[in-house]
Amino acid sequence: MAEFLQFAFSGLTVGAVYALVALGFTIIYNASDVVNFAQGEFVMIGGMATVFLTALGVPIPLAVVLAILGAVVVGLLLHRLAIEPARGASSVTLIIITIGASIFLRGLAQVVFDKQFHTLQPFSGDTPIVVGGASILPQSFWVMGGAVVIVVLLWAFFNHTLIGKAVLATSANRLAAKLVGINTGMIMSLAFALSAAIGAVAGVLVTPITLTSYEVGTLLALKGFAAAMLGGMGHPLGAVVGGLVVGLLEAFGAGYLSSDYKDAIAFVVILITLFVLPTGLFGRASVERV
Amino acid sequence: MSALLNHRLAVPAVLIVLVALLPLVLPSSFYLRIATLVWISAFAVIGLNLLMGYAGQVSLGHAGFFGIGAYAAAVLPAQLGVPGIFAVVIGAVASALIAYLVGRPILRLKGHYLAVATLGFGILVAMVINNEAWITGGPDGIAVASLGIKKLLKSAFGLKVKTAELWYWIAGAMLVVGAWVAVNLVDSPTGRALRAVHDSEIAARVAGIDVARMKLVVFVVSAVYAALAGSALALFNGFITPDTAGFLHSIELVTMVVLGGMGSILGSVVGAAVLVVLPQLLTMFHDYEHLLLGLLMMVFMIFLRAGIVPGLRALVAGRGAA
Repeated sequence: MAEFLQFAFSGLTVGAVYALVALGFTIIYNASDVVNFAQGEFVMIGGMATVFLTALGVPIPLAVVLAILGAVVVGLLLHRLAIEPARGASSVTLIIITIGASIFLRGLAQVVFDKQFHTLQPFSGDTPIVVGGASILPQSFWVMGGAVVIVVLLWAFFNHTLIGKAVLATSANRLAAKLVGINTGMIMSLAFALSAAIGAVAGVLVTPITLTSYEVGTLLALKGFAAAMLGGMGHPLGAVVGGLVVGLLEAFGAGYLSSDYKDAIAFVVILITLFVLPTGLFGRASVERV
Repeated sequence: MSALLNHRLAVPAVLIVLVALLPLVLPSSFYLRIATLVWISAFAVIGLNLLMGYAGQVSLGHAGFFGIGAYAAAVLPAQLGVPGIFAVVIGAVASALIAYLVGRPILRLKGHYLAVATLGFGILVAMVINNEAWITGGPDGIAVASLGIKKLLKSAFGLKVKTAELWYWIAGAMLVVGAWVAVNLVDSPTGRALRAVHDSEIAARVAGIDVARMKLVVFVVSAVYAALAGSALALFNGFITPDTAGFLHSIELVTMVVLGGMGSILGSVVGAAVLVVLPQLLTMFHDYEHLLLGLLMMVFMIFLRAGIVPGLRALVAGRGAA
């Protein structure tokens, strides 16, 4: 049981990060139909910028805020300079642009920061807390708690604020949203800013556990994308569930089956799920108009 | 002139001239090796372009097939004593078979779901290659025995050729044949059916096209192209690592297709050339290499969103009309 709990907690911690990356994918996809493969780079920027700002002597809370703002600026620039000029291009073209952006941001981080691995001090020490025989790092609770707070805030934002509802309206039908006076261009910028901020927060929270470097984004984008698809593209709840499921599968797969094949186990489950439910766990069947 | 350019055999003809004349201007065998890499990549990209540009299906796992071909050429001769050339054939057949088996369920998925499923497939292949080190040499890679063509040429005809030159001509010939097969396929009833599937699956189905079968056929064909390119790279390099089957290589292949131009055979060659040559040029910028590569990718795609070849063709046509 202790072993089971141990795996479950490590799975939920990693899964929470995947869930946040998947949410970032979902928000941008809903607002603009773009699958943003630079999503993992926001996580990297959050972690790396915090590390380097604290190294410069900036107190941690301020460093975190600045890092998140930095990621938001990058997100806004990405939308303004790379996505907006290519409006109307095919979705594959847009994907290649975001892959280009991801390579560019990695290259930029390599120059602005460095190529080493870095870590941050855990926020509340590193004495493990024992729960039911499993010992859990306090930072794990920060990651899981942070993810819960973000999900709740997002839920409140989308359901109880005018701007949040405008975002939902834009994702439902862009033309109709425009007709009722919603500034859809502004909404898309907002989506990129929001996704960047979520990614950066994830990066800050997880860095004390997993370390960070200029190239951590690639794998996170891959897992986050897979998680978003498992849940059903464009479905926020699906993204969260998908992220947690991928994280848990990895942890249990590594623990009980084979750590060499932990990623394989996650992907086999994703493949089987998609064969049974071709639009993911929560996705609705799409209808093609002729 | 334009009728000539639009002829079915124009592209293979252009490629024959290009492959034949390029060695005259390349100063050393280093450049010959890079050109060889371009031809090999272009061969795989042509196959993927048939799938993406003509059938409209995205695969983010094509490096998996590439890796199967590469490791077939490396492992079968070393472990089972299969002659190299048979190993290449076995790799291609195995790729076709796997594509057939995997393609049947996967190709029912659409758009991004298909992308993530193929991505999963590619990752599984790369993972097997990485972890089964007793066969594949694991992450360190594996040496590949040469085909012995050089020896054969020498003993049979008394010809002495350098490895770089030999593989330049083999890869160049592969590319021309690959392009020729591709343009014929595109121009056949199968090709027209594929384009119909691309434009609208439902309309194609109404017109009596077996959509699922068409997608499967082109998926298998593209897998064979990738496997043959993988074998060629392994034999040419004499060494192969799991990265050839990895996710980043899959992304690279897709980028080559889109950059050169989806649905353009010549574009496949241009896309491969740009992404093979550009990193070589950019190494002189050291730390700024990735930054510039990413930047150029974005700029190309923003300004030539249909891809380099179709984009330039449209520009030229537009000017001609005005």
